[in-house]
Amino acid sequence: MSALIETRQLTRVLPETVPVTLVKDITLAIDEREFVAVTGPSGSGKSSLLYLLGLLDRPTAGTLTIGGRDAEPMNERERARTRLSMLGFVFQFHFLLPEFTARENVEIPMRKLGRLARPQMRERAGELLSSLGLGEHLDKRPDQLSGGQRQRVAVARSLANDPPLILADEPTGSLDSKSSEQVFAILENLVREGGKTVVAVTHDLDMAARMDRRIHIVDGKIG
Amino acid sequence: MPLIFDIALTHIAGRGRQTLVAVIGVAVGVGFSIAMAALMQGGQDDFVRQLVDTMPHVDITDEQRTARRQPAEDAFATVAISGLRPRDDRRGIINPTAATSWLESWIPGRFAASLKTQGVIRFSSREVGAAIIGIEPEREPGVSPIVGNFVEGSFSALAAGGNNVLIGDTMASRLGAGFGDTITAVSAEGLTRNFKIAGLFHTGTTARDEGEAYVLLKNAQILSARPNAINDIRIKLDDPDRAPAVAQRAEAELGYKAVAWQEANESILEALVVRNVIMYTVVGAIMLVAGFGIYNIISTITHEKARDIAIMKSLGFPESDMRRLFLLEGVAIGAAGSVLGGLLGVSMTYALSLVRFEIAATGQEMTRLPIAWSLTHYVIASAFALGSAAVAGYLPARRAARLNPVEIIRGAS
Repeated sequence: MSALIETRQLTRVLPETVPVTLVKDITLAIDEREFVAVTGPSGSGKSSLLYLLGLLDRPTAGTLTIGGRDAEPMNERERARTRLSMLGFVFQFHFLLPEFTARENVEIPMRKLGRLARPQMRERAGELLSSLGLGEHLDKRPDQLSGGQRQRVAVARSLANDPPLILADEPTGSLDSKSSEQVFAILENLVREGGKTVVAVTHDLDMAARMDRRIHIVDGKIG
Repeated sequence: MPLIFDIALTHIAGRGRQTLVAVIGVAVGVGFSIAMAALMQGGQDDFVRQLVDTMPHVDITDEQRTARRQPAEDAFATVAISGLRPRDDRRGIINPTAATSWLESWIPGRFAASLKTQGVIRFSSREVGAAIIGIEPEREPGVSPIVGNFVEGSFSALAAGGNNVLIGDTMASRLGAGFGDTITAVSAEGLTRNFKIAGLFHTGTTARDEGEAYVLLKNAQILSARPNAINDIRIKLDDPDRAPAVAQRAEAELGYKAVAWQEANESILEALVVRNVIMYTVVGAIMLVAGFGIYNIISTITHEKARDIAIMKSLGFPESDMRRLFLLEGVAIGAAGSVLGGLLGVSMTYALSLVRFEIAATGQEMTRLPIAWSLTHYVIASAFALGSAAVAGYLPARRAARLNPVEIIRGAS
C-alpha cells in the first residue's frame, strides 16, 4: 500500500536578499489512519512543512506526492481542487468566515465542491456540528461562539468534504486546557473511528506523546 | 444562489454605509449624465428642427456642379478644359414646366418654384441691397418660412395681384419706409419698378428680415427681363430625413445642383457632432470619478477581507473564484448605482422639462427647456457605469486573488 502523502528532499527557501531556509531536505511518508505530531521549537519550520504538505505553498526543491499524485506539475486550479477534496485544514485561530453562521461555514466547502444537493449539504453540516457537540449552535455566527466552539466548527468544516487527510496547525494553541482536551479527543477520534489521517503541528509535548508518531523538526530539518 | 454570489452579497451588505456611498456616487454620475444627455439632445433636436423648418429641405438651383462635357473632350483624348463658363450669363432652369411637372409626379411633399435675383430697394434717398424673390402665391405657403410671421399686413396681399411687395421689418426700418409706402426696386439688369409694401414680416433670421423682398413671380421675371424663367425650386418633404435621396434623384434627372438641408448645413451638423463628443467625454469623466469610488470600496473590502481570502483559498477556492468574487461586488455596486441613477435621471429630466424661462430678446414668448426623452441615454449611461464598475472592481480583485494565503495565516498566528 502506498503512503497517503510522501515527500522526498522537500526544501523551501524564501527568496529574500539573504535567502531564508524554512524547510530543508525533508523526506517522509505518512500512511492512512496515522495520527502524526509535528513538533519542534518555534521558528523551526514545522508550520512551513505543514503548508507544503497542504499544497498552500510550493517547495523550492524536492517532490511531494499526495494520494499517489505528484503535486509538482499541478497548476494553481488543480492544487485548489486537491485541497478542496482531499485536505481539511484546522488552524490555530479558527479562521471562520465571520458573516456566516456555523452551519453556513461548514456548508461552504461542500457548496464549492458541489457533489451534494443543497438540502443534503445542510443536513450533513448539521450532523457534523452535532457530532462535535454543537447541535445547539448551528445558526450562531462565529462571534457568538466561544474559542473552543469556534475551533470545533473549524474541525467540522475541515471534514465537510470527507477528506482523507486533516492538517492541523496548533489546533489547541489558543484554547484553555478543557477545550484543548475536547479538540484533541475529537481529532483522535477522527483517526480511531473515522479512518482519517491527522497531521498536527504542536508544541505541547504531552499531547504529542499521546499520538502515534512524532516528527521532530529543528532548523527546518528532521531532528 | 451560487456560492460566490452569496459571499459577494454578504460582503457588500456587511458594509452598508460604504456601499451606499459608492452606490450613490455611481447613481449621481448616471443620473446627471442622463439629464445632461436629455438636455443636450433636446437642444440639438430643437435646433435641427428649427433649421429644418426655416430652410427648404431640398433646394434646386440653376447651377451645375460640374460643367457639361465639351465636344472637344470627346474628340481628343488629350484635351483638358478648365475654367469653363457659359457664354450667356443669364441662367435659369431650362424648361421649367417640364421640371416642375416631373417633380409633381413623385415628390413626397410640397415644392414651389421661384426666381431669385439680386437688386437694390430704394426709398426716398435710401438704398438697401436685397434678394428680390419672385414667387407663386398659391404654391409658396407650402415651403415658405415667412407666411406665418407677419407683423403688418399678410401674405395673402401678394396673391391679390398688383405691384405689391413683402419685406422684412428690419429692411423697412433701414429704408425708413412703412406699411403702405411705395418703394422702388432696381434689378441687376438696370430695370426699375415700383412696388407698394403690402406686408412686413419678422422671422427672427436677420439675413431674411433685412435682405429679402418677395414679389409676384411675373414681376420678378419682368424686373430681370427673363420671361418665364425660374432659377430656384424649393422642396419641403413630409419626412426631412429623406432629403438626401430626393436631392440625389432630382439632381440626376434634372442635371441641376440639388442641395439637401443636411448638405447645406454640413458645418453646423459637424459642430453638433463635436458637441456630442464633448458631452460623452464629460459623461466618461463623471463615470471615471464614480469608478474611483467603486475602486476605493472594493480595495477596502479586499484589504479587510485578506484573512477571508486566505481562508477561502486554503479551503480550496482557486484564484479565479477570488477574482470573480470581488469583480462581482464591483459590478453589483455598479448595477445598483445604474438602477438608482436611472430613477434619478428620470426625475431630473422631468424637473428640467418643467423649467420655464423668458427669452429677453423677443420678450413675449415663454419657453420650456428642450428635452429629449431617449432610452439610449439610459442604456449608454448604465453601460458606462457597469463598465467602469467592472474595471474598478477588477483591479483590486486581481491583486486580492494573488494574495499568498501562507503569508496571511503566518501573520495571524
